[in-house]
Amino acid sequence: MSKIVELINVFALLSLLAVGGGTAVLPEMEHVTVERCHWVSDTQFAEIYSLGQLAPGPNMTCVALIGYEVSGVAGLLAVLVAFFFPACLLCYFASKVWDAAEGSPWRDAVQRGMAPIVIGLMLAGCYALGKTASYNPAKDWDVNLLTLGIGAAVAVILSLTRINPALTILAGGAAGFFLLG
Amino acid sequence: MSDATPRVSLAKLFSVFALIGVTSFGGGIVAYLRRALVDKEKWLDEDGFMAALEIAQTLPGLNSTNMSVIVGRKLRGPAGALVATLGMILPGAVIVTALGFGYVALRHDPKVAVVLTGVAAAAVGLLVQVTLKIGWKQLIRPQDLIFVVVVFVLVGIFHVSLLVTLIAVAPLAIWVHRPCREKEAA
Repeated sequence: MSKIVELINVFALLSLLAVGGGTAVLPEMEHVTVERCHWVSDTQFAEIYSLGQLAPGPNMTCVALIGYEVSGVAGLLAVLVAFFFPACLLCYFASKVWDAAEGSPWRDAVQRGMAPIVIGLMLAGCYALGKTASYNPAKDWDVNLLTLGIGAAVAVILSLTRINPALTILAGGAAGFFLLG
Repeated sequence: MSDATPRVSLAKLFSVFALIGVTSFGGGIVAYLRRALVDKEKWLDEDGFMAALEIAQTLPGLNSTNMSVIVGRKLRGPAGALVATLGMILPGAVIVTALGFGYVALRHDPKVAVVLTGVAAAAVGLLVQVTLKIGWKQLIRPQDLIFVVVVFVLVGIFHVSLLVTLIAVAPLAIWVHRPCREKEAA
């Protein structure tokens, strides 16, 4: 039971700190769930995040799987509610206030001021995932070369084409199967 | 937002958001939302959609669920917000749960492990691309780049808590972009 309470505490706070979207809390989530609470390994964290890219809907629903790893189905449900409910409730009331602030020049200041913070957080998220999923010192150099290559290839392909990102994730899995298997 | 808000049944609201929730593979939910809410159902006009998106992106929480809350509230009040958000989350949650059960059962299989290695490597590439795509403006403007670097170093390298980082950095970043009265007057 105490595990459930801990899960709810961690994910409810993350929910409210997710400025600029879910990926902004990735680095903090990785640090808390992997290094502080030891709920999942760093490899598991990266894999769970990538499973979220393969499911439709908001890709951060994958955080439920961290709850599942910790306390089974009860943990899964607890994390889902804790990660989505507080931010939705805040949004419900804050959007009323925001409507009232229509035309205030400070709205623009908030948006332009928060933008670089969100980008800094997203870059930290890239680093938090990449330090195991792209370059893992515990693995051989040829494996690391391949994972770095897959990531670079996906980034380039997505920049140049309008292909569905989920397909590039599947292609990465296929590349892993045929080149590492 | 237009004053003549259309009357929408809760069942219809749920089904429209659930359809987005089940078909929006690969992120980019905002594009799906626009197509459904503005083009197809005509519940919002273009300005109304952009106004809602602006709020959704600024408030904490996922953009997609915030949009569900805001649009659901506009159309049917609290019940609408709840129904739209559940529609958005539930299909993906069910599918990710099914994937997760498979993952927990199979992840030690060496064949599955190499697939997961490839999938995770690709997911990093996707995240990097998305970050650069939405962030290139901040990365080339020196007064923004400073905040990008400071936040990256604090949270990414030194693991300073996100709450502390936001409290320390956000007011300063907003102050840099504060409304300038002199400029307006000139």
